[in-house]
Amino acid sequence: MSPRIYLATTGRILAQLRADHRTVALIVAVPALLLTLLYFVFNDEQRFSPIALIMLGILPMLVMFLVTSVAMLRERTSGTLERLLTTPLHRADLVVGYATAFAVAALVQGLVLVSVAHWGLGVETAGPLPWVLLVAVVGSVVGVATGLLASAFARTEFQAVQFMPLFIGPQIFLCGLLAPRESMPELLQRVSDVLPMTYAVKGLQAVGSQGDPTGDVLRNVAILALFAVGALALAALSMPRQTR
Amino acid sequence: MSERTGEPAIRAKGVRVSRGGREVLHGLDLEVAAGSVIGLMGPSGCGKTTLMRSIVGVQRIDSGELTVLGRSPSDPAVRHEIGYVTQAVSVYGDLSVRANAAYFAALQGSSRADADEAIATVGLADLADRPVDRLSGGQASRASLACALVGLPRLLVLDEPTVGLDPVTREDIWTHLRSLAEQGVTLLVSSHVMDEAARCDSVLLMREGDLLAHLTPAELLERAGTTNAEDAFLTLIREGGER
Ligand SMILES: Nc1ncnc2c1ncn2[C@@H]1O[C@H](COP(=O)(O)OP(=O)(O)O)[C@@H](O)[C@H]1O
Ligand SMILES: [Mg+2]
Repeated sequence: MSPRIYLATTGRILAQLRADHRTVALIVAVPALLLTLLYFVFNDEQRFSPIALIMLGILPMLVMFLVTSVAMLRERTSGTLERLLTTPLHRADLVVGYATAFAVAALVQGLVLVSVAHWGLGVETAGPLPWVLLVAVVGSVVGVATGLLASAFARTEFQAVQFMPLFIGPQIFLCGLLAPRESMPELLQRVSDVLPMTYAVKGLQAVGSQGDPTGDVLRNVAILALFAVGALALAALSMPRQTR
Repeated sequence: MSERTGEPAIRAKGVRVSRGGREVLHGLDLEVAAGSVIGLMGPSGCGKTTLMRSIVGVQRIDSGELTVLGRSPSDPAVRHEIGYVTQAVSVYGDLSVRANAAYFAALQGSSRADADEAIATVGLADLADRPVDRLSGGQASRASLACALVGLPRLLVLDEPTVGLDPVTREDIWTHLRSLAEQGVTLLVSSHVMDEAARCDSVLLMREGDLLAHLTPAELLERAGTTNAEDAFLTLIREGGER
């Protein structure tokens, strides 16, 4: 990797993102709007609050998965990836550049979402609010990394979107939103153990219920970070310089 | 930049390449002199793009030897010295011409001034701040070309850079290419518009994954016994088919 190329790539992707107002809205505004909708659906702050906390682990990851899988696919299908690979750029520069640019977006997204949840919708946590932000943002970055990886398995933007239900659906069912993980069959608990969203939800629930959740938060954030790094490494491997 | 005079810019010996499990280049032998404009001509599907991809190092080669600027195409050092323009416009449509050129300049370690110079070279200085998506087809392909010119590579590989362009823009681009060659750049330019052969110093004529001939435009006309490049190609390609 080269710092110059990595920074130029991050800057280029951020410039593309800034020019694309719809995508910015999808990343920043849509999760907060959905959460607000849910607030009125529940019509009961007591019942809404724990669900809202889980949603902070689900919505950012889901949106980022969608956006980055399509963005990376565009790079692959438009010929720009092939062209980049004839330059001194290393594929790690590109993948980490994407991750950095979208992590910036994830941070903005997290700030808006957590602010709306806490000050707008009255979501209360036993632990400190910055931990909520940390888990939500790292979860979002896992969405970025897995989205970049998923683009390797699609040939069109339509196919990329088709991965959404496959990749996100089971995670939502198994993360503890609809039923507590402990009451699931043993096999499903094991499956849930290898899905990143589970750890985002665990981390957020720890902040929700514990006055000092530092240990649980850092453990779950570390596991999320491992998922992100693993997915980024696989994404880089999925773009060999020479094709057949 | 040390000029290794006499050394060919590109040398291939028995290069075989398969795509999708089917062999599409059947053992090519060729040598391309440095500092010249070489046309790569042949009917569509004959393997021009595949050969170019092999040269720029993104196509796996089954067997044979390929040397680009004295190195293997997969040698990272080569990537500092080549520019590649794919057949389709491959720049970021949502970014301005200037932002695109500046990005490719940064990849090559060149400056923003180099990027602006490349934009001026392709005649887009007035449109530099416009997103590529809002340019005409010809302007967009010139933007794509500009991104390959930053930092003046030693070898430029251009895949059908003039397809679909009006005669005036084509003339402009060929003038630019010629001036680059005069600065010592080697240019490999593919085309299926046969009359562009006359613009090249020499022409590689391909057919169905084989190299039929490597000759100068004059030799081409002479061998085919005609004064029209289009006819000359048809004659040679038909002859090649009968061999
Ligand atoms: N991605 C691909 N997968 C399989 N076969 C391909 C692919 N791209 C091109 N080919 C085949 O390789 C041959 C050469 O194609 P190409 O190099 O693109 O020709 P040209 O550039 O001269 O039109 C053609 O027969 C084409 O069908
Ligand atoms: Mg082609």
